[in-house]
Amino acid sequence: MGLTITEKILARHAGRDRVEPGEILWVDVDVLMTHDVCGPGTIGVFKRQFGERARVWDKDRVVITPDHYIFTADPHARRNLDVLRAFALEQGIPHFYDAGPNRYKGVCHVALAEEGFTRPGEVLFGTDSHTCTAGAFGGFATGIGNTDAALILGIGKLWVKVPETMRFVFEGPLPPYLMAKDLILQVIGDIGVDGASYRAMEFAGEGVYALPIEERMTLCNMVIEAGGKNGVIAPDKATLDYISRRTEKPFEVVTGDADSRYHSERAYQLSDLEPVVARPHSPDNRALARECRDVRLDRAYIGSCTGGKVEDFRAAARILNGRTVTVGTYVVPATTAVARALDQERIDGKTLRQILEAAGAQIAEGASCAACLGGPADTFGRLNGAEVCISTTNRNFPGRMGSRQSAVYLASPLTVAASAVAGRITDPREFLA
Amino acid sequence: MKPIIRGKAYVLGDHIDTDQIIPARHLVYSLGDPEERMRYGQYALSGVPEAQAGLPDGHHPFVKEGHTSPYTVIVAGKNFGCGSSREHAPAALQIAGVEAVVAESYARIFYRNTIDGGFLVPLESTEPLCRTVRTGDPVEIDTTAGMLRVGDKTFRLKPLGAVEAILRAGDVFAYARQSGLLR
Ligand code: SF4
Repeated sequence: MGLTITEKILARHAGRDRVEPGEILWVDVDVLMTHDVCGPGTIGVFKRQFGERARVWDKDRVVITPDHYIFTADPHARRNLDVLRAFALEQGIPHFYDAGPNRYKGVCHVALAEEGFTRPGEVLFGTDSHTCTAGAFGGFATGIGNTDAALILGIGKLWVKVPETMRFVFEGPLPPYLMAKDLILQVIGDIGVDGASYRAMEFAGEGVYALPIEERMTLCNMVIEAGGKNGVIAPDKATLDYISRRTEKPFEVVTGDADSRYHSERAYQLSDLEPVVARPHSPDNRALARECRDVRLDRAYIGSCTGGKVEDFRAAARILNGRTVTVGTYVVPATTAVARALDQERIDGKTLRQILEAAGAQIAEGASCAACLGGPADTFGRLNGAEVCISTTNRNFPGRMGSRQSAVYLASPLTVAASAVAGRITDPREFLA
Repeated sequence: MKPIIRGKAYVLGDHIDTDQIIPARHLVYSLGDPEERMRYGQYALSGVPEAQAGLPDGHHPFVKEGHTSPYTVIVAGKNFGCGSSREHAPAALQIAGVEAVVAESYARIFYRNTIDGGFLVPLESTEPLCRTVRTGDPVEIDTTAGMLRVGDKTFRLKPLGAVEAILRAGDVFAYARQSGLLR
């Protein structure tokens, strides 16, 4: 019996030839990421456990990316940034992307990929549940809490329970009206928000490999919304091209064995799927976009690690080019690199920024998580009342975007842009002639 | 881990996510500061919609005043703690005085965090107790025998399995020391 990619990576990092699902192993960690919300707590536990003068196990493997509460006057949030600064300085951490004009990157999961930290075959932990995004590059990546992160800071190891793997195969070419968001909302709607609890979700098939790299990240980003431990896509040439442009660090590609054992396997024909939304207040509350025409909107939001990458704005611009929005539309680039791309990428000779602005969208000045998780009261795009919002983000739990009275629909950037124009939930095929 | 945990139950439904356990706007307080950390207790479970707060009737605030709750055992449905990886969630419950959660199932990061941080004991029920137990009921949990008693009824809990070693050690650091990974 062979091993899945996930099993093989974990076995190698535990110095073993093979492992069985359910086993508990101590694995060596290649990269640990933390940010401004969980970093200070992690540092606190690290100092308590290992001593005030302790050093991290390997400063080259620690990545600190403040991103959540950056553009706010909240004094506690600002203090958290100071804690990160002091620690990075004290430990001499080279990969610290401080908020400010020089090194700031923005949302951690996108920044990790852009900076070449998401390498195939590696083990990456982060103090953020969407750390599973990095599995799009063929590594093992998952979210952890402060205590576990503090232990890694000290010893470079963590225990994991080897997950069973669920396999999802997308067959057929990708229709122009579907995006990774539709695929993953389809899956979550089918299996439920705890349908993959404690398990790995592996994606394969022609449809997956037709997706640009950033779209594959969207697919893996939301496995946590089905309770999954990690998402993973075996690398192909596109993966290796993306990584090799960003890092010189050697890595070893790991693929699953043909005779590996899966918990379950589901196949989808892409031509059967349609644009979907997740209705309030749960990512598995799926409906077809075209069946939600009656839902009038107050706001549209395009941003976050799931929906604020270059591909997401390219998709939104395809719809918004030459049209105007009829509801307040908030745009937040995930990273500073994405923000720059808004001025460089062009459609019909116009930059993405020009298209979005001409359509009437408001673009945030800085890249960050912004209203994806509500945040302090002065956060750009935050929902403060009973708004109905359609959003490219990944969670629509009660109050997630700021107000418990609000109602959030999750959808692809194509669907969000089409809906922003119509003022009600709209299938993007209405605008994609 | 205490052999017997006694207290009043606070009952919640399925899919209680970490934004309901501790809304994101509160994540800015320092967990290391003895004064400031109390705010996590004060706001614990403040994101739960009022109609679902304390089942079956709802509208029972978990913390009425100050930073501690009169309820020390949470009884919940499926997928408790889903959502973000914030360790502030189990910490907030602990600071409010919770000693154990009995849910039908957990989201894995929350589950790990409660155990590795030694915040509280996460137990799994073998049936939907959130439809049997009522908010305010006095309950008794026998962690050694794996039982929950409420009134004259006794319910079986699932064995803890491999993570019991970490709970017995106290937290993941103690466990790593026992495993010889840490001196
Ligand atoms: S953009 Fe949203 S989901 Fe992504 S890391 Fe930030 S808060 Fe989390």
